[in-house]
Parts: sequence; structure tokens; C-alpha cells
Amino acid sequence: MNTEERNEKPFLETRELYKSFRHVEALRGVSIRAYGGEVLAIVGDNGAGKSTLIKILSGVLTPDSGQIKINGKEYHKLTPKKAAEEGISTVYQDLALGNTMDVASNLFLGSELSTAGFLKKKQMKEEAEKLLKDLDIKIPNVSVPVGDLSGGQRQGVAVARLVHRGGKILIFDEPTAAMGLNESEAVLRLIRRLASKGYAVILISHNMQHVFHISDRICIMRQGKVVKELKSKETSMDEVVSFITGSVLSE
Amino acid sequence: MSDRKSMINRKVKEYSYVLILLGILIAMILIISMASPYFFSWKNCRNILNQSAIYLVISVGMTLVISAGQIDLSVGSVIGFSGMVMGMMSLNGAAPGVAIFAGLLSSFLIGILNGALVAYGKMNSFIVTLSTMTIARGVILILTNSQSVFGFGTAFTFIGSGAVGPVNMPIVISLIVALIGAVILHKTTFGNYCLFIGSNEVALNRSGVNVRRYKMIVFGICGLCAGIAGMIVTARLNSAEPLAGQGYEMDAIAAAILGGTSMKGGKGSIIGTIIACFILNVLKNGLTILSISSHYQEILTGFILIISVLISEYHEREKREV
Repeated sequence: MNTEERNEKPFLETRELYKSFRHVEALRGVSIRAYGGEVLAIVGDNGAGKSTLIKILSGVLTPDSGQIKINGKEYHKLTPKKAAEEGISTVYQDLALGNTMDVASNLFLGSELSTAGFLKKKQMKEEAEKLLKDLDIKIPNVSVPVGDLSGGQRQGVAVARLVHRGGKILIFDEPTAAMGLNESEAVLRLIRRLASKGYAVILISHNMQHVFHISDRICIMRQGKVVKELKSKETSMDEVVSFITGSVLSE
Repeated sequence: MSDRKSMINRKVKEYSYVLILLGILIAMILIISMASPYFFSWKNCRNILNQSAIYLVISVGMTLVISAGQIDLSVGSVIGFSGMVMGMMSLNGAAPGVAIFAGLLSSFLIGILNGALVAYGKMNSFIVTLSTMTIARGVILILTNSQSVFGFGTAFTFIGSGAVGPVNMPIVISLIVALIGAVILHKTTFGNYCLFIGSNEVALNRSGVNVRRYKMIVFGICGLCAGIAGMIVTARLNSAEPLAGQGYEMDAIAAAILGGTSMKGGKGSIIGTIIACFILNVLKNGLTILSISSHYQEILTGFILIISVLISEYHEREKREV
């Protein structure tokens, strides 16, 4: 496997994760690795277990068995709090932003700058501008309500918030769903940029073009298992699709 | 340069609604003044201000609650309740300070009870406060035997009819409450969380904020505001009436919505509420002076509420399309 070539340690590693819901076996021994500076795409048909895996990584679900290793520390299960502390951040599809609230309020949500309960609005604005600039996210004015921004800009705000809260591994679940062409382009660039800044990025997407465009590695899941792991540069869309549909059986 | 221009534009847009309200208020004052010479007299102005003061206090609390996407229908009953507590304590020989403290505490606790049922009981605020509204009123009627409670000392009635220089006490109190309300809503973490609860409660919860506690407290503050209004009403009349405050919740909601606070939550303005409060009270007073029957006043208040919601919806859409 190509990952063996690396001598650096993966930032996140799962070993033999199992999870079933009553009679449905959602995960049947999933092992993945995510490295800093790399975009790992996880693809698979509906019901392949992608969402279950993401929920386990973000601490929402508890695996029946298996281990999760983050930065060398081993866990049997995570809580949302623990996952966040370890730097695992999920950019939710619904974005989890307050549309009537301004950009700065959204960025600092839950970690506002304040003295004795009074907001330091000016300082928050300045830091928000700096944070967005560092990530190269273009938002003309941080005092506008998030609802007035475009989908891509909102995605940018959501990402900046996670980075601000100490996220080291960013999980994107269908980040370009319901977005226009220009919008998705901007989001993909942002994801690429995050990886080049050293963050570990996990991308869940149904859009093969996007996956090939920005990912370094592709993990193909099928019926609760990782059936194949490929380097994006060394494979083709046809090959990936054939693994997804199961027309080619894994080794 | 263009950034600066767009920012100024945005600021004007942000306050444009408040400016519209201010324009309406001034236009109304001018029209009614022309129609009746009595309207602009000092005595009548004081009267309007006094009346507005009571509504303003509850409207500030209501603005906070509505900003958080909730509603509090119990404020009218809480006005009566806090007045009753103050009256009964006074009758039993409690010092004015103690009676006031007890009245305010009781109203705060009713608010907290509302909030706890909404936040921890996961109940709809409309239903919860509709219930506490009728429960509180029932308790008042039973405890007072439907009779007024009176016999306060001058120290207490000073709150209602005293004055600091040329300004009446109710006005002083209401402006202090409005100022504190504005600071809470616009300058504090608490206010920010209130707005965020109205905007996206799930997001706030996910970011690790104890949403339920903040929800409970905002109802507590609204209850306390109603208690303060109850204190003013009681002190002005020098009597705690069992039916005091009945129907006031509607005026408070009207003022908050007319003032630009979004019924869906996530957006609130205390300055808007203040102006809206004056608009509604100038209108009431004007119609009375022009000897138009109070039945028509009710109809007009309803229409104003509908029109203000239409205006604010339109305003929102306009802004989104920009």
C-alpha cells in the first residue's frame, strides 16, 4: 500500500472500526489514515458507511469495537468534546452558522473575546479580519450578517471558525452540495489551501470530478469496508467508480 | 474607497428602519398637534411619557425574549402579580424597600419558571407563558379576593408620582431599564447568545454554549422587567389592582415587532422598541384627545401591527436581494 512508503506518522488513524445499528452492520472493520498536509477523499455509494465513520470520528457515535489513534494517543471512543480538543472538526453540511449574525460573531461563537461579559467587538472584528486573511478567505466586511454572504463565503466562515478553535483535522461532508460552479471552485481552492498549510483534510463527496481535482488519496468504501485505497494521481475515474459499484472486487 | 462607501451605505441601511420609525413618530405628533391644541401641552406630554414608561419597561424585556426566538405572554399577569406582592407586603407592615424587593423577586422567579419549562422542559414558549399568564392571574384574584390592595407609604408612591427635577420617576426608571437592556442586547456575550439562540440554536449548542441556561435567564430578565412595570403601575395608582397589566403583553409584543425585532428571532433592536413604544402611545393618546372611541383604537393597533410586520418583512427581503 502506498501509505507504507511514508515515514511520518499519520495524524489520525483508525483500526478495525466496527459499528452496527441493530441488524445493520454499518462498519465492518474500517481502517483509515489521515496525514497532515494531505487531502484524503472518502468515496462510496449511499449506505457505504461514510457518514457513520465521520460521526465516530467527531465523537457523535461510539464504535462497537476498534481503535482511534490521534497524534499517537489511542482511544476506544470519542466524545464530541474530546474530538474537538484533539483538533477534529467537522464542517457540517448545514454549516451551523447563525444567518442573522455578523461574521465576527459567527467566527468567535463559543469563544468570544470579552471582559466581564462585555464583548470586545472591535478586537473581535480585527482578529476576524486577520484570521480570514490568513486563510485567504475573501469577505469584504466582517460586520455583515452571514446570511448576506454567498455559499462559498459562508463555508469559508465555518472553516475559519474551526481553524480558530484549534482544528487540525478538518472533515468536509459534501462541501459543494447545492453550490454553483464558481462557489464550489472557491471552496475546493480553500480545501486545497488548508492542506498546503499542513492541516489534515478528509473530504466526503459524491462528485468524482471534485475528488480527483483536489485529493491526494482516495479511500473507497463499500458495504461498511474500505475496499481500496488509491493515489489520485495513479488512478482513473473509471477505476474508482468500478470499485464503488463493486464491479471490480477488492484484493 | 468603495469599501468605505459600501460600509456607509450599510450603516444607513442598518439604521434606515429606525429612521423610518422616527419619521412616522414625528409625522404623527405634527398631525395630532394640528388637529388638537391640547395635544402638545406640557401636561399631556408628561402623561404620554408616563404611560409610555410602563410599556417601555415590559417591551425591553419582550425584545430580549423575541430576539431569542421566544415569546412571553405572561408579562401582563406578572405586572399584576408583582404589584400584588408589593401591596400585601406593605399592608403587613413591610418596609417599602423590602416589599419592592419581594415583588421584583417574585416576578423574576415567575420568569425563571417560564424559562425553565421552555429550556429544560423543551416546551413551546407560547404555550408555557399562556399557561403561566392565566395561572398567575388566577392566583392574584384568589389571594386578593378580587379586591384592590392599597395603603402604601409616600416612599413607595414616589416611584409612580415623584419626579427628579422636571422628569417623572417612571420615565427615569424606564430609560434606565431601556439603557441596560440595550447594553445587554448589543454589548454583552449574553445578548449575543440571545440573538444566536434566535438565529441558530443548534449551532450555538454545538459550539459548547449552555443554551438552556441562557434561555432560562432571558425569561427571568423579561419577568423582572414586568415586575418593575408592576411596581410603577402600583405606585402610580397607589393601589395594586387585581386586573393590572391585563392585555399589556400585546402592546409589548407590538412595540418590539414594530421596532424591528424579528419574530423569528436572531434580530433585535432596543432603540427601535423605544421609538415604537412612543409611536403606539402617542397614537393612543392622540385618538383619545380627538375623542375617538377606544374601540377604534383597538382596531387601529391591530392594523399597525400587521402593517409593521409587512414593512419589516419587505425590508428583510430587500436587504437580502442587495
